Amino acid sequence: MATTMTDAHAAHAQDHHEPSFLRKYVFSEDHKVIGIQFLFMSLFFLMIGGLLAAIMRWQLAYPTDPSRPLPGAGLFPETMVNAGIILPEFYNSAVTMHGTIMIFFAIMPLLVGVFANYLIPLQIGAPDMAFPKLNMMSFWTAFVAGLIIMAGFFVEGGHSAAGWTQYVPLSADPEWTGVYTGQQLWLIAMTVLGFSSLMGAVNYITTVINMRAPGMTWLRMPLPTWALFITAILILLAIPVLTGALIMLLFDQTIGTTFFTVATGGEPLLWQHMFWFFGHPEVYILILPAMGFVSEIISAGSRKPVFGYNAMVLAIVAIGFIGWIVWGHHMFQSGMNPTLGMSFMVTTMIIAVPSAIKTFNWLGTMWRGDLHFHTPMLHAVAFVAMFVIGGLSGVFVASTPVDIFLHDTYFVVAHIHYVLFGGSLFAIFGAITFWFPKMFGRMMNSSLGKIHFWLTLLFFNLTFFPMHNLGIAGMMRRIYDFTQYEFLTQFQGLQVFISWSAFLLVATQVIFAFNFIYSLFKGAEAPQNPWHANSLEWTAAPSPPPHGNFERTPTVYRGPYEYSHPDAADDYWPQNAPGHAAPASEPAYAE
Amino acid sequence: MTTQAAALDRGGMDATEVGMGVYNMKLGMWVFLLSEVMFFTSLIGGYIILRGAHPDMFAQPGVVLNVPLTAFNTFLLICSSVTMVLAFAGIERGDQAKLKMWLIATAVIGMAFLGVQVYEYIQLSGHGFVPTVEGYRAEGAPLYGTTFYTMTGFHGFHVLMGVLALWYLVIQAFRGKYTAGSHGAVEITGLYWHFVDLVWIILFTIVYLI
Repeated sequence: MATTMTDAHAAHAQDHHEPSFLRKYVFSEDHKVIGIQFLFMSLFFLMIGGLLAAIMRWQLAYPTDPSRPLPGAGLFPETMVNAGIILPEFYNSAVTMHGTIMIFFAIMPLLVGVFANYLIPLQIGAPDMAFPKLNMMSFWTAFVAGLIIMAGFFVEGGHSAAGWTQYVPLSADPEWTGVYTGQQLWLIAMTVLGFSSLMGAVNYITTVINMRAPGMTWLRMPLPTWALFITAILILLAIPVLTGALIMLLFDQTIGTTFFTVATGGEPLLWQHMFWFFGHPEVYILILPAMGFVSEIISAGSRKPVFGYNAMVLAIVAIGFIGWIVWGHHMFQSGMNPTLGMSFMVTTMIIAVPSAIKTFNWLGTMWRGDLHFHTPMLHAVAFVAMFVIGGLSGVFVASTPVDIFLHDTYFVVAHIHYVLFGGSLFAIFGAITFWFPKMFGRMMNSSLGKIHFWLTLLFFNLTFFPMHNLGIAGMMRRIYDFTQYEFLTQFQGLQVFISWSAFLLVATQVIFAFNFIYSLFKGAEAPQNPWHANSLEWTAAPSPPPHGNFERTPTVYRGPYEYSHPDAADDYWPQNAPGHAAPASEPAYAE
Repeated sequence: MTTQAAALDRGGMDATEVGMGVYNMKLGMWVFLLSEVMFFTSLIGGYIILRGAHPDMFAQPGVVLNVPLTAFNTFLLICSSVTMVLAFAGIERGDQAKLKMWLIATAVIGMAFLGVQVYEYIQLSGHGFVPTVEGYRAEGAPLYGTTFYTMTGFHGFHVLMGVLALWYLVIQAFRGKYTAGSHGAVEITGLYWHFVDLVWIILFTIVYLI
């Protein structure tokens, strides 16, 4: 008996032993550390993706102009940049890898890897994820995928040059692009990354279903968690289809199968269908979490409940569901039966309904609110505005007759960037600023944040809005040298304008990077609840939360958006405050 | 505290939900298997589309593939699902001997299935039925081999993973790790195993019989 006691005691003592540096920060099983690891990794990839875009913009401003050599051309080998001129092979790789890295290694992990990991357990009142070890593996698998995708730049033949959509035969046959090893590394990296996403998704879904604190009913969950939950379901069901397609393509290249080879009966269109069957839910994977963050920030920034919380939840679910039956709208020009194209057009248009519900509800939330335009709020409001522009250009390309004209032009480039940069990335900047004090215990600098916001908004629009015009004028996307077409040479000046706006847009991000790093070490000490928000991560968990999050499991009494409630003592009413007891008042973070 | 506040409080507590009423590992396995459904759907869906587009490139049932042999193999795999259930039923009653016996039986039958599949592959490739462009041209085009080997190969890989998991369970069972009250690993491995079995029944039907 005594021995057992001693053993138990020893085991207990061991549990509370301070974990080693490696266990605490590197191979950590704490969902918050994993989220922050994803944050650093995906911000690195965001930078790489941005630099690739800058290289493309240099070529488009001064196409193969020896008098305007690419700055820093000496850094590149002659197979990429020769005598200051960006070679077409490298340009194709840059286009491909800009898309791939931004979508799969920057925006997707920023939205899901960072915030699903960091927020879900905190917002539902759970001590950690359901499977902490799996969660750790999810990050390190993504890290390995990141190494593989970066390795592609350094192999002979350069990186994949088939576009982020990897259409066959361009991607299947090295004869077309001259890329062999890089192409296979692309496929392998994406397969590995798929496993990472899958592990994450299993974790998020199980955690949300099974580990909510007492009183945290489905309709009391904060909207970021709702959005991330539906996103996780989309990841769970969409990624395996991509994996299947990637494996087929990899087999075609390596062991000589013939899935996509026309000569032996393969079907190139099969790739397009499989890719977009994954690819369209992917689009919503990239926007739903952003919508969740924006709902949270706008409600807190307006000191009003989210207008139509239930409708917001239903809209998330509806978008998540309808997103499965619209993939054909990427393939209107692939020779599909016009009747089928028509039905894809209708389902696509239907998605505008829940999207519009969300937009009107954000406006309804702000309407007559006590608006606090702090940095996260600015980003959230910009999200709504830019998302509306991107959504409206989406209606154009979703219409089959209009798409005949606009397909594969810069109009599509403008559209994707309005939803993915103007939408997702603004929401990400907002969310990072909003939850930074929770993550690191310090505030990000407000003045720098606002300067970064206004310059980004300005240069973003100067960069991408004119692309609508270029597209309508007939400029093709992914084109290396547009001056080979007589009718496009008139836009030389506009191209230079767009490119310099883009360079300034990239340069503006240095402000964000500086603010991020500076605030990490020197930022003002953050109060426990700087935005006077209601959800559990602010009201129940210490800041920054320790391993295990809550001292004791919180009990939830109400929804997350009870701002300015007449019965509450303050203008916010924490989810875990019992009855009418006034929350302990503390000063809000002064703007 | 006012009555209203008390009502609110009760409302808070009454609304308590505790998830699906299954433990995390089991729910996680269900969720994972959903993604597996999508993975096999992508392979099987690709096959159906390719075969629908080029029916002449696929041989009729029984011409190339050895249906009786695979029917026997299918029977083996269904039996292994039964033994898996018996192992689970054993440990639910706390019967360690039954658990060990039926787990070993399941793992051995799984290995037998893989053995038959390897034998089948060797036979077929010996006749020139391979997954590549140089593949079988007498009966059906290379597309036939391409889809056949990819689908059955990935299923075989899943069986192999299952067999490894089963041997791990056997080792743990001999260490006495599972009891009547705690045997989640046996249950979720069982779920996985039944899923793999179910996929095979679908594959057997559409690849060998139709």
